Amino acid sequence: MKPAAFDYVRAEHLDEALGVLSEEGSDARVIAGGQSLMAMLNMRLAKPKTLIDIMRLADLDRIERNGGTITIGAGVRQASLLEWPELRDSLQLVALALPWTGHVQTRSRGTVCGSIAHADPSAELPLVLQALGGEVHLRSARRRRRVAAKDFFTGMMATARADEELIEAVSFPTVQKRCAFREVARRHGDFAIVACAAVETADGVRLAIGGVADMPAARDFPRLDGSALDDALNAFAYELDARDDVHATARYRRDLVRMIGRDLVREVLQ
Amino acid sequence: MSRSQAGWRHLIRFTLNGKPCVGEAEPRLLLTDFLRHQIGATGTHVGCEHGVCGACTVSIDGKPARACLTLAVQIDGCEVRTVESLAPSPDRLGILQAAFKRNHALQCGFCTAGILMSLDSFLREHPRPDEESICDLLSGHLCRCTGYAPIVRAAMEAAEELADQNQEKTNA
Repeated sequence: MKPAAFDYVRAEHLDEALGVLSEEGSDARVIAGGQSLMAMLNMRLAKPKTLIDIMRLADLDRIERNGGTITIGAGVRQASLLEWPELRDSLQLVALALPWTGHVQTRSRGTVCGSIAHADPSAELPLVLQALGGEVHLRSARRRRRVAAKDFFTGMMATARADEELIEAVSFPTVQKRCAFREVARRHGDFAIVACAAVETADGVRLAIGGVADMPAARDFPRLDGSALDDALNAFAYELDARDDVHATARYRRDLVRMIGRDLVREVLQ
Repeated sequence: MSRSQAGWRHLIRFTLNGKPCVGEAEPRLLLTDFLRHQIGATGTHVGCEHGVCGACTVSIDGKPARACLTLAVQIDGCEVRTVESLAPSPDRLGILQAAFKRNHALQCGFCTAGILMSLDSFLREHPRPDEESICDLLSGHLCRCTGYAPIVRAAMEAAEELADQNQEKTNA
């Protein structure tokens, strides 16, 4: 339960971090708040040769509004976003889900972008990014690009980020539509058994589910009710390919998708 | 940019419980082990070492944080407070500690150092908390013997006492 040896680089400018990443590629890992990566290092599930600390880069510690999107830099801690006075009005779904992300003691250091980079299938922030159709801003020494959430998550803790890229920021669209969030976990703040986010769309509702498939899954539904809604949710629950594990059976997870899904769809469409 | 090489010890300068402190750490050394083995501050306990149990919680720049999910090299220049900061003198208990003792809010005491540090940081920012927010804070800690009810009671009592004390200071 101690990390393997690594070099520790403290970047003072973004270019330095990008330089090390382009030279060392997959041998290097970026650390921000460290609330996911440190556990991986302690358990030696990750053994980078170099750790690049980006938390002294003041440029990354920014929350910016550009028209209809809110861009959150890689240095913004989850606690800082939760305390941002405009959060509730601008990003209602994030405001609902963020208190479920870890605990006070981990949100104090953990970053928004770090949770998305880690891409745990039961984590709340990747789920919300998927539900809102947000974007991940990637940057390397050579180029900058933006990847939509639906293309960013590629599997269990796997993303479209290339080895020489770091996440510079993520952006969420501000939607002034009805949203809802609910989660079932053994203990508030633990990883979700099932987490569910719902957002009203032009012709119905988008439902996003975390904790069941190997990445957060979103699906658009038309306006449905009664048995038609139950059938649609049942089909969605089966498509997510739930598995049994020590926390819950696949059947229990499907039950939660059906029940929470129905509650949230009704809440958003009422 | 600074690169600290693996296998070498590097100087860490930080503030520990209000006093300047210097220690040496390899890049991979966790803050828990740094505090206990390099500095000799063994009040901070080591439990699960992956951020779940909360036993190692300390305060970093005024915020409660897991020492096991923090590298010693990351706290260079930071202000760290540990459970050793709570008692006014070696023969007296701090307000939080005394409230825990009165309410039987600890048995084996393994989780207690972390819980005290979470509460200490929290009560500085929220002097009049409700029970719900205390419970939410405690969800970041595992206690396997006492049960949480006496801990919540002790926290509420300490909060009141601390608030009274601050009120008195303001009036004086």
